[in-house]
Amino acid sequence: MTPSSISSTTQSNPMSRRGLFVKLGLLFNGLVGVILAVPILRYLVSPVSHRRKSGYEHWLPLGDLEQFPAGQTRLATYRNPDIDPWDGQTADIPCWVRNLDGQRFQVFAINCAHLGCPVRWFPQSNLFMCPCHGGVYYADGSRAAGPPPRGLFQYSYKAEDGKLFIKAGEMPTTGSPTASVKRVRPPCA
Amino acid sequence: MRLIEKMGAWLDQRLKLGTAIRETAEHPVPRDTASWFYVFGSAALTVFLLQIATGILLALIYVPSAGEAWNSLQILNHNISLGWFVRALHGWGSNFMIAIVLVHMTQVLLFGAYKYPRELTWMLGVFLLLMTLAMGFTGQVMRFDQDAYWGLGIGASIVSRVPVIGPWLVTLLLGGPIIAGPTLSRFFALHVFVIPGLLLAFVGLHVLLVLKLGVNEWPMPGRIVRRATYLQEYHELTHKQGAPFVPYAVWKDIFFSGFIILSIVVCASLFGPFGPGGQPDPTHIQTAPRPDFFFLWLYAVLSFLPPAAETPLLMIGPIVAIIVLLGLPFLAGEGEKSWRKRPVAVLAVLLIAVTLGAFTQLGEHTPWSPVMNAWSGDPTPFRYLKGRSALERRGALVLQAKQCRNCHSLEGTGGRRGPPLDSVAVRLTQDQLIRQVIQGGGNMPAYGKNLSPAETTALVAFLETLYPAGQAPARNASGVFEASQ
Repeated sequence: MTPSSISSTTQSNPMSRRGLFVKLGLLFNGLVGVILAVPILRYLVSPVSHRRKSGYEHWLPLGDLEQFPAGQTRLATYRNPDIDPWDGQTADIPCWVRNLDGQRFQVFAINCAHLGCPVRWFPQSNLFMCPCHGGVYYADGSRAAGPPPRGLFQYSYKAEDGKLFIKAGEMPTTGSPTASVKRVRPPCA
Repeated sequence: MRLIEKMGAWLDQRLKLGTAIRETAEHPVPRDTASWFYVFGSAALTVFLLQIATGILLALIYVPSAGEAWNSLQILNHNISLGWFVRALHGWGSNFMIAIVLVHMTQVLLFGAYKYPRELTWMLGVFLLLMTLAMGFTGQVMRFDQDAYWGLGIGASIVSRVPVIGPWLVTLLLGGPIIAGPTLSRFFALHVFVIPGLLLAFVGLHVLLVLKLGVNEWPMPGRIVRRATYLQEYHELTHKQGAPFVPYAVWKDIFFSGFIILSIVVCASLFGPFGPGGQPDPTHIQTAPRPDFFFLWLYAVLSFLPPAAETPLLMIGPIVAIIVLLGLPFLAGEGEKSWRKRPVAVLAVLLIAVTLGAFTQLGEHTPWSPVMNAWSGDPTPFRYLKGRSALERRGALVLQAKQCRNCHSLEGTGGRRGPPLDSVAVRLTQDQLIRQVIQGGGNMPAYGKNLSPAETTALVAFLETLYPAGQAPARNASGVFEASQ
């Protein structure tokens, strides 16, 4: 049979035995593809499904309470709880700790609420300033100027055994759940 | 020579590609297209091949690990013989690539080459542009330094604003809860496997379409594209009056590609590689992250969007832009090709060029950012202190110590977030100065809680002295009126 006669027979009789086999074969491969796709998709979305299971946030010690004198705002660093051995320095996350009066604290994320750049604290003018797009915040983390849509992100904290703990583990972004943690506004601010 | 011919014949007997290659090379093109305006596509292809070659060379040394990438770049720069040069070639190659792709796109737009029947070629080209920009961004991440780290933060913050699924997208993008090892690994996979693979496929289709449909003829004012007649007219241009692509037109492509590669080599050897900057250690917060040149305009745009409109514009803007680009050949698939008869196209190109240029220029200078060390580093101009009272000098000190200079300049030094203060007394009276300092407003923080009354008095006393010779300071007009009565 010449190639043209093969194609003419399949065209004239689309439901031939071999034509059916081709279709069944494609269907079979489609099923195999679905079976293969399930584990591949689960592998791809594992960062998200992991979060669903146990969450990324944990209570982490920031250091002794004496490191954060009353009335001051100091930089603190913690090691992110969810790490891989090859993370290097990227797992060391800084944050700003404000001790209001020796009893109450505010712990601010380092990330600007606009687009995540590292904000810097200026004790002389009691302002946080962002180097990227000019976001400025007051000492209590509320927005003072610039493009941020909200105040600085805050971590939940607790003081236990002379140590300060925060609940952290995920980079806060404007849309992420950790961004909407309760905003403790100090009564005096 | 005879041996080479024999080998060629031996290969061709089996591969049977010789005829096809010869026909492709010698396919007729319109005579006018043997022009220096028609060399940018082939130059982009040449730079793409250079990027593949230098990329493979870099992958011989580079370690795509968050803990080691920065060190491996230092080794490349300093310890591997000519490692710096290969990095410089790849970095400068990427800049040239984006530039040439943009020039190519502009030429195609102005010459009406996206019109019937080349709509699909244009659409593939739009995707190629997006992929080229994606290579630029992921490439900046490969240079895993402070800019890359915080650039990822900016990317994640933008993605987080996608409604409903934003937080999940961030985690997927970063490969975990924070920017860390998995983030670099997945951007490495994107930069080295996924996007280059797509690029190869799309470039292949793009070039195939150029060969199948023929290169766009030189647009003549008055030669109208009509679906019914175009193919016949183009056939006449190529087969009756045309000339073989090789060698009639190709020699200009060859020379221009060579010139571009030489330019990249010269830039690489003169200016060297890009970075890496500071280590990707998030605890080093004394940094002012900046994107690479071709994303500076976006960096500037992001600082100007009003907070209320930012998220909708970030979500909708890119989609609208892509839809407009993809839809262009369907909106204007027929008609005039010549830019002389298409003022809208010319004005659109000029508008986009001026806009991107202006934002890039702003992105270079970031006038919206506080200058973080201006308060401690920039001197108070001598003439503002000479002959001033003790109170006024104390005010000058307050101005420095309270970081006012981070946003306000004196004699051109200092921040430019707020207005310069050299003539502030001409604009504001004493009362207005006090109000502005204490309550802020107009994008200035309120300093009421941060200044003692004595500091405010001193600061305002100093600010009242800031007016140029020959201009009177602002005065309370109502007060003058009452006094005259």
